[in-house]
Amino acid sequence: MIVRLRQLGAGTLSATTTLGRAVLFLLRVVRGSGELIHRPGLLLRELYSVGVLTLVIIIVSGLFVGMVLGLQGYYTLVDFGAEQSLGVLVALSLTRELGPVVTALLFAGRAGSALTAEIGLMKATEQLAGMEMMAVDPERRVVAPRLVAALLALPLLAMIFTLLGIVGAYLVGTSLLGVDGGAFWSQMQAQVSFEDDVLNGLIKSMLFGVAAGWIAVFNGYDCQPTSRGVSRATTRTVVVTSLVVLGLDFVLTALMFD
Amino acid sequence: MPEPQPIPAAPPLVEISDLRFRRGGRWLFDGIDLSVHRGEVVAVMGPSGTGKTTLLRLIGGQLRAHSGSVQVIGEAVGSLGRRSLYALRRRMGVLFQSGALFTDLDCFDNVAFPLREHTALPEPLIRHIVLMKLEAVGLRGARGLYPAELSGGMARRVSLARALALDPELILYDEPFAGQDPISMGALMKLIRQLNDALGLTSIVVSHDVEETLEIADRVYVISQGQVMGVGTPDELRRRGSEWVQQFLGGLADGPVPFHYPAPSLSEDFGGGAS
Repeated sequence: MIVRLRQLGAGTLSATTTLGRAVLFLLRVVRGSGELIHRPGLLLRELYSVGVLTLVIIIVSGLFVGMVLGLQGYYTLVDFGAEQSLGVLVALSLTRELGPVVTALLFAGRAGSALTAEIGLMKATEQLAGMEMMAVDPERRVVAPRLVAALLALPLLAMIFTLLGIVGAYLVGTSLLGVDGGAFWSQMQAQVSFEDDVLNGLIKSMLFGVAAGWIAVFNGYDCQPTSRGVSRATTRTVVVTSLVVLGLDFVLTALMFD
Repeated sequence: MPEPQPIPAAPPLVEISDLRFRRGGRWLFDGIDLSVHRGEVVAVMGPSGTGKTTLLRLIGGQLRAHSGSVQVIGEAVGSLGRRSLYALRRRMGVLFQSGALFTDLDCFDNVAFPLREHTALPEPLIRHIVLMKLEAVGLRGARGLYPAELSGGMARRVSLARALALDPELILYDEPFAGQDPISMGALMKLIRQLNDALGLTSIVVSHDVEETLEIADRVYVISQGQVMGVGTPDELRRRGSEWVQQFLGGLADGPVPFHYPAPSLSEDFGGGAS
């Protein structure tokens, strides 16, 4: 019993300490990110790495998710004679929930894991220490551009995912299931609010971007500088980001939509 | 006629006094004193795990001592803020054991990195400086190669060129000879000594390669068990070093550091028959 209590205490202490380190790390990185204004090249390079290189998986996933949503939505709506509302159903599902959440999960798997592995390997091969000894702060030079790129890329990727999802559902709805194209778009236009739905979805994806980027760069920077340490950090990034995104989504949904 | 005043001796470039540093429940350094004067090549030697690399990290400000002082180029490293520490680091170069080259950059860009970060020099001038530094280490022709395409010795030479990029006053070498073939080792030895003398540098070489290090060092500190076990020129240590130092320098299997791990007596283990 005492051993269990001690383990629980040690685990809690370790988790709290890690969280404290992560918060201080974030504050330092945010403070150092102002320098990016003078060096946009660094940010553009990382935007390409975490944004452009993630486009393929986002485009393909967005299309398929939209197509499946179109099929499932149609089968449910047709029972109530409301199949012309397919556009509204798909658009609301994607802008409010699926767009930000699925994009963040895909982002964690594709870009987050890559960020952690890259920074972790730089640590394991003493490249970060070398940089420090050259009087170059790795938190500003390596971490800040990656974090800001994640923050900017995720909302853009979520928008692309949502748009392609809607296109996928439109294609399935109009060409396979016989939904009227005019009704699809006009109902969507009438029912989807920019402020309540699109903007809230955008805010969600921005917050997910902060969470995904922060978790990825911190795990890389804080990992044990060994091959096993980098591997564990990469796995931790994907798992923790997924859980945080899902938990955060619940909280944000409860606050945003009533 | 007034007596001519004696010229005061220049203070050491690196001065460590009564340094105590604890790691993993034991004192890695327990009151170490060390000084390095301008222009010297000073070797810090000792068995593996004795804290030689840690000493370099303390000098470079990556670690802070628990007590005592580490003065580098007139600055107390332990009490410097980030900005002052980085200003100090611009005046020193470090050659890491692994080379620590940026794997995504070729040799040219690796050497250019500190110049691009710290200066606003135009690109043609950076090109000239980088090629000069690479020429100094004999690798001007390898400028387009990536670290994965270099041998261990070449990687360290590129790393040395990078360490020299900002014309530092002090260079710290962490195990420069470890795992090198004889030709690479000879090239590195020659470079460390010649660059130190030609560029007016001061060098601290951490190593446990005895012969190579003694050949290029002006003075040697031998450390073990948190203490300085011996200090002097290579000749002094060879001739008058303590028994422990003689064992270390001579690579003798038995001596103050016993060959046998402490164990019950032979008669106890073999005489009685019981285990």
